[in-house]
Amino acid sequence: MRDEIIRRALISIPQLLLMSFITFLFIDLAPGDILAKYRFDPRISRKTVEQIEKKYQFDKPIVVQYVHWLGRLAKLDLGYSFSREAPVTNVIAERLLNTFLLSFLSILFTWLIAIPLGIYAAVHQYSWGDRIMSLISYIGMSLPSFFLALLVMYLVFQCRSVPLIGAIPIGGMMSSGYEQLPFFAKIIDRAAHLIIPVVVLTIGALAGLQRIARGNMLEELRKQYITTARAKGLPENRVIYKHALRNAINPLITLFGFSFSELLSGAALLEIIINWPGLGSLMLAAVRSQDTFLVMGSMLMGGIMLIIGNLIADLLLVLVDPRVRKA
Amino acid sequence: MRFSNRALDKFLKHPLAVAGSIVLIVLYTLMLFAEIIAPYSLDNGLRELSYQPPSRIHFVHNGRFSPRPFVYRYSFTFNDFFERAFVEDRSTPYHLSFLVKGDPVKLWGIIPVRHHLFGIPQSEGECRMYLLGADAVGRDLLSRILYGSRVSLTIGFFGVAITAILGFAVGGLSGYFGGRTDWFLMRFAECFMLVPGFFLMLALRSAFPIELSSTEIYLLIVVILSFIGWAGFARVIRGMALSIGKRDFVTAARALGASHARIVFVHILPQTLSYAIVSITLSIPGYILGESTLSFIGLGIQDPQASWGNLLGVAMNIADIQYHPWILLPGVFIFLAVMAFNFVGDGLRDALDPNR
Repeated sequence: MRDEIIRRALISIPQLLLMSFITFLFIDLAPGDILAKYRFDPRISRKTVEQIEKKYQFDKPIVVQYVHWLGRLAKLDLGYSFSREAPVTNVIAERLLNTFLLSFLSILFTWLIAIPLGIYAAVHQYSWGDRIMSLISYIGMSLPSFFLALLVMYLVFQCRSVPLIGAIPIGGMMSSGYEQLPFFAKIIDRAAHLIIPVVVLTIGALAGLQRIARGNMLEELRKQYITTARAKGLPENRVIYKHALRNAINPLITLFGFSFSELLSGAALLEIIINWPGLGSLMLAAVRSQDTFLVMGSMLMGGIMLIIGNLIADLLLVLVDPRVRKA
Repeated sequence: MRFSNRALDKFLKHPLAVAGSIVLIVLYTLMLFAEIIAPYSLDNGLRELSYQPPSRIHFVHNGRFSPRPFVYRYSFTFNDFFERAFVEDRSTPYHLSFLVKGDPVKLWGIIPVRHHLFGIPQSEGECRMYLLGADAVGRDLLSRILYGSRVSLTIGFFGVAITAILGFAVGGLSGYFGGRTDWFLMRFAECFMLVPGFFLMLALRSAFPIELSSTEIYLLIVVILSFIGWAGFARVIRGMALSIGKRDFVTAARALGASHARIVFVHILPQTLSYAIVSITLSIPGYILGESTLSFIGLGIQDPQASWGNLLGVAMNIADIQYHPWILLPGVFIFLAVMAFNFVGDGLRDALDPNR
């Protein structure tokens, strides 16, 4: 299993590079000139444009350009962001932590809430609680994340006069007077700005995970070893939490690897809606300003985050499942 | 034949699937006859009705009941804070009628039509009836939603068609040949799943200028979405082809001298069909959402053309939702369509699964 994980992680590197090459081709084949904006800008001398062209080999065939891009990538140089006038690596590094914070918190809350709800629904199958949760899950799974975000923002806005809820800030990552706040108030301000994005992302992912946790749990509860455990007189708590739950969670971890991609996509879109300075909003700005290197860099970063997420899921599975460890 | 009857029976016993089918039939009928059902044309706006709230339907005028529903004319005044406030002018009722002469439109872009399913006849006087309110430039939101469904509800089918062709071809070949072919094809497919969909979508979109004609954008969205989606489908078909390829009838076909192509396309792939239908139905929401997302963030269908995504995109400004909450309504339509496809997909899965 260890070899398998290492093999899978290693093969994803050439795969990611191939994907970047395909994107590179796609961008190259499309009409338009990256430097057109600079060629026609009277403030930028022809010489500067030529220098840029030379440095990034824009005059050479696409394969040469790509090889040079790879060469710079090896030195962690993702090129220059023309719209932000800074190296892409620096621009992305600034944003990465913000995106990570958002994704991490929402994964944490999703799991903390979905698993107990799933267990409850499975143990009390067809009870009122289960039915209501099923209905909510069905709705939640079909609710587009951007629509959900707008609805939550609208609801919070409607509750402006309600204490506490009314104080939740909508949009952005910090208040305008953030720099003047004392240290403790800064932390509170940051945390308050996290509420809406984390709530939206958590609700979005919750429905699906709860359904699957319920399904897995039901499947385990039907198995014979559970009947055996009950027959030999184990307390029901022990049967559910010690025997069934541990087996029901394993497939969820595999699933976590698959759904991580959706989570990153969802977080990126949400960042755009609520003005969160993360990778997603950065990438949209890059697309709007046709900043090729920044687009490529952000895409690559998205891919790397996904690979790391999948790797973590694999390692977690080894950690919790002795069968996988031995295989 | 007996099998399909049984499947249909099962499907009809699935209440959510039936509800989903009904919603879809309604939505697609509305879409098909959008030009006639919409009371106004796509871009018939009145600036002074910018963000007019949804017109209220009345039955009682001056204390007298009228069997024919009517609306009052809206106009705005400025309140103490110099905010525009719309008020109904209760002096004259404007009665609604069926088959009213209105904006000249072309059904499906071909047949010229002047009559709309319902509206206020010109004989009643100059009054607009905006059942779902107006947008920023005073256009009827209902009409725009109906026209927008043309994009939002069709894009999934074209996207799925390309995805299915690619997925069947790659998945079928990969699963049938196995070995090195399988390894390379699947590693190649995985490349497309290695980057989160949204990032890949933006990266591909960045290759093209933001401003394109609406047909070009439509095609571009289809291409981008199937580019992202085919790999997952191929992987599933490959798994099925792999197990079907080991069955006796495939060995028999090979023994009879059938070509590889014939075995893959005539013997193996039809066996995956029932699964593929379910998978395709369940993937249509992904295309609807993909189009909405792109248009929502301003990289898809551009105003004055409408799609549910770009209609909802206006709502990204929180101040606008606060004062004009009805601009959230296109989102309800996206939600309904997605949920209906999910229900129908679930129902099909249960109905086509011989083990249940």
